[in-house]
Amino acid sequence: MKKLLFVLFLLSAFLAINVSIAAADTLALLTWKGYAPKTLVDKFQKETGIEVKVTYTNNEEMIAKLRATRGGGFDLAQPSQDRISSVQEKYEIYQPIDLSRIKTDQIIPSMLEAVKKNTMVNGKPHAVPFCWGTSGLVVNKKFASDAKDYSDLLNPKFKGRVSYRLKRPTLIALAFSIGDDPFAMYNAENAYEALMNKVGQAMIDGKDIVKNYWTNGDALLQSMRSGEVYLAMAWDGGGWKLNAENPDIDFLAPKSGALGWIDTFALPAKSENVDAAYKWINFMLRPENAAIFTNAEKYGTASDGAVKLLDADVKANFERSFPQKDIDNIKWYPPVPAKLEAIEGKILDKVKAAK
Amino acid sequence: MKTEIKKQFRWGLLFFLTPVLLWLILLIVLPQIDLFVMSFRSENDAGEMVWSITNYLNFFHEPIYWLTFVRTATYSILVAFFTFVIALPVAFYITKVVKPRFQGSLTLLLLLPFWVSEMVRVYGWMILLRESGVINHFLLKLGLMTEPIEMLYRDSTMILGLVYTSMLFMVVPLISVLDSLDDSLIEAAYDLGANMWSILFKIIIPHATPGIVSGSIVVFMLTLGNYLTPNLMGGKNSLWFTEQIYNQFIASFNWNQGSAFGFLLLFLSSLVIWIGLKLSRQTLSKVVQ
Repeated sequence: MKKLLFVLFLLSAFLAINVSIAAADTLALLTWKGYAPKTLVDKFQKETGIEVKVTYTNNEEMIAKLRATRGGGFDLAQPSQDRISSVQEKYEIYQPIDLSRIKTDQIIPSMLEAVKKNTMVNGKPHAVPFCWGTSGLVVNKKFASDAKDYSDLLNPKFKGRVSYRLKRPTLIALAFSIGDDPFAMYNAENAYEALMNKVGQAMIDGKDIVKNYWTNGDALLQSMRSGEVYLAMAWDGGGWKLNAENPDIDFLAPKSGALGWIDTFALPAKSENVDAAYKWINFMLRPENAAIFTNAEKYGTASDGAVKLLDADVKANFERSFPQKDIDNIKWYPPVPAKLEAIEGKILDKVKAAK
Repeated sequence: MKTEIKKQFRWGLLFFLTPVLLWLILLIVLPQIDLFVMSFRSENDAGEMVWSITNYLNFFHEPIYWLTFVRTATYSILVAFFTFVIALPVAFYITKVVKPRFQGSLTLLLLLPFWVSEMVRVYGWMILLRESGVINHFLLKLGLMTEPIEMLYRDSTMILGLVYTSMLFMVVPLISVLDSLDDSLIEAAYDLGANMWSILFKIIIPHATPGIVSGSIVVFMLTLGNYLTPNLMGGKNSLWFTEQIYNQFIASFNWNQGSAFGFLLLFLSSLVIWIGLKLSRQTLSKVVQ
């Protein structure tokens, strides 16, 4: 009798778990802060009845999370386009994206082509673009009006008033500012390592100058607002957000070129709700929804029709910070080959450990 | 009849143990074994995974790795020491000085900060200490300073945060050992003309040694394994060994190296504790009572 009870107990436990998974129609979304605004999540639920569960993360953690579950646990992810192909080749955490299920006429054609090409693995594309932006300098002109390039992040003039991330974009930006082209060395591992060592040494020498290495975008904005930080390397959207509050602070495309990124939609290998994922992609790229996102977060959109629907000040941001010559000078990230991350990781550790 | 009862008892036991066993084996034992195996695998030049001890050798060959560990361990010992220095008077006051009916509420006051998460406590400290923070604001208003100073992102602030986080884990064992100290010993010492310091070093500390050691072990381990506080309050100079493990897993995608670091942390910290026990002439079984 007891045995029977026990078996029944186990059975009911398993059933309960299964029912709870099947009953709710949900989309587990792995994305960046700000990429799933509450208004759009609510609108999506009203339209389709699907509830979106959002997890915020960054590129590195996104890969680590999906690698740990071999592509499970999430139905849709939003990695940057340069961090897909080599990761896919090595860990197979994504599945190819079926372009016939995506309303491709909603997407800016050149951007769609670029992402398709850069995420091509085994002849199949693995992502479609969602939004784009650049990394450059966010400057408080009241205190640091003469900051023009990434090299000013190491300028003793701004001692204790500088902030940047201890991540690969900083290494790459500083490499550009000393006149090298790290992207051209992506496939020459030894040359790349030598260059990165040089940059790392410069960062160690300039350690007195940096106030802190920011890790959280909101915290950085807070230190710029309070005037603790005059000069930071950050994303354009953040700089423009601050500009709306305080005209002294603005985003500046550095002399050696802003670093351009495109964030995408990619399907994890074990996505459990592919239908909802495609619905969300098409929903987010619909011009009026894409415009809501860009108006709030200020990042550029990959949606073709959305540009017409943008607020005047969002358009003004682009025109102010990006004259034509700076647009031509944007350095777009090519796909990152494997092994570079380990080189960079070690150098970043050295920088952080140095006195 | 007897065997019948025994059989029933076994089923009942199994029934209640199943969740615990499942939990322990699936979520703790198996992943640990997986990590242990992983730590002995590494990629050779051709990009294939092979068995090797490279991951462990890396730790000793690269000064940055073992220096970080030495730094982390030294700071953790310092934190344990400072925590002890602060916690001993607190515990002594609660057990010996204050009226017994207030003891409970005082201990509760010590517990109070732990009702919020560590994250919130650390952010609280950051709001107090930052350049545009509360303390700077008041010092400026009072005219004690002309320029705000950055109090965050220093080693000293990091130690402050870590000591604050681990206070409770030192105070509780100290209270329990001091409770068993007979007051008449201290009174007799005073009668015989001893001063405060000789009472402290000849009566209180020798009596409290088991509590001190067990508190220190807990504080040392907690500090060594802390990730949040060094990272947020220490800022730019604070590479903690746990962060290095995180970096190996997340930034470099090198899980094998990361798990090797994890086991080195486990092994080396156990070694430090073993040395500590030998030096204080305590045994683990006595200390954990």
